Amino acid sequence: MTVSLAIEPKLTDFDPLAALTWIRPEADWLAIRYVHEKTYRRCARNGRPEENVMHLERGVMIEAMVDGQLAYAATSDLSREGVIQAARRAAGDARATANDRLAEFAPDWRPAVQGRQEVSGDAWLDSTSLAEFSDRLIQATQRLKVADDIVTAVAEAVLLETETRYVASHGTDVAQQFLMTWQHFGAIAQAGGETQSRSMNGPTARCVQGGMETFDWDALLDDCQRVGEQALELLQAENCPDEMLDLVLAPDQMLLQIHESIGHPLELDRILGDERNYAGWSFVKPEDFGRLQYGSPLMNVTFDPTLTGEFAAYAYDDGGTPATREYLIRDGRLLRGLGGLESQSRLGLPGVANFRSASWNRAPIDRMGNINLEPGSASMEEIMGSVRRGIYMEANRSWSIDDYRNKFQFGCEYARLIEDGRLTRVLKNPNYRGITVPFWQSLTAVGNVDSFKAYGTPYCGKGEPNQVIRVGHASPPCLFRAVQVFGGGA
Amino acid sequence: MSFVQTTRELLDGLGSAVFGRLASGEELTFNLAAEDQHYLRFNGGRVRQSTRVRQQRLAMRYQAQGRRVDFTFDLNGEVATDLDTTLSLLHRARVEASVLPEDAYLTVVEQVKRSDVHHEGCLPPLNELLAFIAEEGRSADFTGLYAGGTQLGATCNSRGLRHVFSTESFFVDYSLYTVNAAGENKAVKGLYAGRHWESGQFLENLRRSRERLSLLEGEGRVIEPGNYRVYFAPAAVDAIIALFSWGAVSYSAWKKGDSALMKLIEERVQLSPLFSLNENFALGLTPRFNSLGEVAPEIIPVIEQGRLCNLLINSRTAREYEVPGNAAEVGEGLRSPDMATGTLTDANVISALDTGLYIGNLHYLNWSDLQHARITGMTRYACFWVENGRIVAPIRDLRFDETLYRIFGTELEAVGATAEWIMRTDTYHQRSVGGSRVPGMLLRDFRFTL
Repeated sequence: MTVSLAIEPKLTDFDPLAALTWIRPEADWLAIRYVHEKTYRRCARNGRPEENVMHLERGVMIEAMVDGQLAYAATSDLSREGVIQAARRAAGDARATANDRLAEFAPDWRPAVQGRQEVSGDAWLDSTSLAEFSDRLIQATQRLKVADDIVTAVAEAVLLETETRYVASHGTDVAQQFLMTWQHFGAIAQAGGETQSRSMNGPTARCVQGGMETFDWDALLDDCQRVGEQALELLQAENCPDEMLDLVLAPDQMLLQIHESIGHPLELDRILGDERNYAGWSFVKPEDFGRLQYGSPLMNVTFDPTLTGEFAAYAYDDGGTPATREYLIRDGRLLRGLGGLESQSRLGLPGVANFRSASWNRAPIDRMGNINLEPGSASMEEIMGSVRRGIYMEANRSWSIDDYRNKFQFGCEYARLIEDGRLTRVLKNPNYRGITVPFWQSLTAVGNVDSFKAYGTPYCGKGEPNQVIRVGHASPPCLFRAVQVFGGGA
Repeated sequence: MSFVQTTRELLDGLGSAVFGRLASGEELTFNLAAEDQHYLRFNGGRVRQSTRVRQQRLAMRYQAQGRRVDFTFDLNGEVATDLDTTLSLLHRARVEASVLPEDAYLTVVEQVKRSDVHHEGCLPPLNELLAFIAEEGRSADFTGLYAGGTQLGATCNSRGLRHVFSTESFFVDYSLYTVNAAGENKAVKGLYAGRHWESGQFLENLRRSRERLSLLEGEGRVIEPGNYRVYFAPAAVDAIIALFSWGAVSYSAWKKGDSALMKLIEERVQLSPLFSLNENFALGLTPRFNSLGEVAPEIIPVIEQGRLCNLLINSRTAREYEVPGNAAEVGEGLRSPDMATGTLTDANVISALDTGLYIGNLHYLNWSDLQHARITGMTRYACFWVENGRIVAPIRDLRFDETLYRIFGTELEAVGATAEWIMRTDTYHQRSVGGSRVPGMLLRDFRFTL
């Protein structure tokens, strides 16, 4: 008998619609968000198995509105009594905090909708043998180890199956299904007191929606060879120079640049000050929408939950708002923020359907979804050809930005010098720093649709209580003029 | 019955029902993490979100035939229901063990120890908490998070090991904001945490925070990037010490080429004799047992007067590299860091700094060059320009890029005579337990870059 990757533990039945009838008397308005998520993590290191883990998350978040105040209560107890007790806790807290509420709950914060999103195709986990998959991961570590100087070779795959259902007492019923994967293939090389790491697009960037079809093992194994060889190259490379140079960022670094210096500052809950005690505020002010020239006219940024296969594609957010593609920045001008209906109402500004939660045990807040830099018209050859002396950087390895999202410093795994329009020497420890708006105003070339690539991260942290959430970022390579770049060392 | 009692009974019920069904050669470990918490988020002194979370999550580790399989799942809370799920996963674990490749580094906890600790607490009445914060919100812009309730961590295994730790506690992690003379937002950070709520103590915390906030109301000073003398208050030191748990003191990370302190470990560099750091469970902030139920020594000296004494080593690492372990957790990070104090008294901090920067808090730290232990990050909250032993003005935030070898080594001039207890406030997935004890630090020279 072949053992497949898929695991089906025995679980009690739970019907969110039936549960809604159990709790209906407890508050003026109620909703239940049910989450059932299986995360499989399979990992190999240096030719041996390292981890075989499955996390099963299953529970409900109750939303109860009393006297114009909404409160939440989460429980993993899915019995009738457990759900009723959670509803009573939420209703009691809504009543107790109503006089101290920040904003009165408005019925239109939760639109009445019915909808379904299902995963199609035959790419589910039960189509793959566990033994074969484990063997592939071990093979990947063997291909990464191209020489004895590779001291660590890691292959990791995370596979995710998620079902959510959001039902509310005014008739909302939204069910969504997701299948996702992310992958990490990395090598650490050591020789002569030098250590360098290289991975496939960065440790957490290879995130997509999809199932087993996202594992093209022939291509992945070939790419493992390249990663291992580049780790060795870095051992011999010069340090990145410390000077103002033109900078070309590959899509696997653009993801981080977009995330930190566009995504977070445009979150409306940050602009409202909700995040000031943890993640921070924003340099963007409400009056900047429609006015601020955020970047050069080449800069077009969208919130796009509709891009098939991108990591944070979805049909509805966790408040039931249908998700649509919207321009956040067009021709460099700031148009729209990242905020769900609650924040839009509190600020009186347009937003998007991004009211999202990490799981059943957290209340939704404004989060990024897929935030993309739209393709321009330049080919890679044209971008490189326009640089007399510059640096090309790939794959994020370091990130830090201030609490208003102005002063950033980012580092990459791998760089090459650009001289007279051509890629030349490999450089190690590439870093750069800048300030958000001047940096984006220095955007000089944007790659065309052929170079547009989607990545993401499963680890965007924010909120109190804290939440990590999955986001997607797609971009072509981009050229920025006169950026402070520098290398490593004491 | 209380949440703690029902959770303990659930764990024991599952253990007694499952462990007896194991065949010879099979090992099973349960690790339970549970909480019954109230999270109240504030903005402008008003309630932004109120969230109750009641969760019981069981991690089960199965080992047999030289293979290991791990499952984690949310419990319903009723033994009969959860037993069905547990047994179905046990069946799956057996199936996986029959097809997975052999794992060369499996370990078994040999010492079958038992412990049971519960710390009773006294949480604030909700109406009192809301009234204090609403009152504060009228005089200062209060934003932050209250978390209060019960947490339970437990490990038991099929050999009879059983450790349980539960506590009832709270924290109010907050910021007070104001606008200074130049129209810039300025803020101070405050934390009141404990097991027994005392209204007077909370109000005193708020009063001290308001006092510090008033220092920020003057016009800010723009400091150009460059090198300066600096004093790091304990909260800022704590943020740097937290990076030691990102692989820096992990034996496994060192062997994999992923430790920032490689040069220190390999004795190519030493830190200052003023710097000592222990993993100190005697602080009583976190249980000594790890997720496998292994009990760590009460104190593990990590750095003693600038020299590395011990790295943190979990049993898997110990097996792989054939070295003695010290019951570290899976990630081999510090669970209870305790930095030794020095001689710089609080009263002398500003005069000893003389001319330079007083840094209250740091933000968003990360390695900028792991191999050279270089970190980058930002100043945040109450930071001041000090001139000739006098606070002159708050500063606009600066970015730094500096190595741990200079911070804890060549540039370390003095360490604070008193250390602060800093409770953990992170709440990813669930509220954390634990904290640290750290003093402030005075540095001769520190590099700001933006």
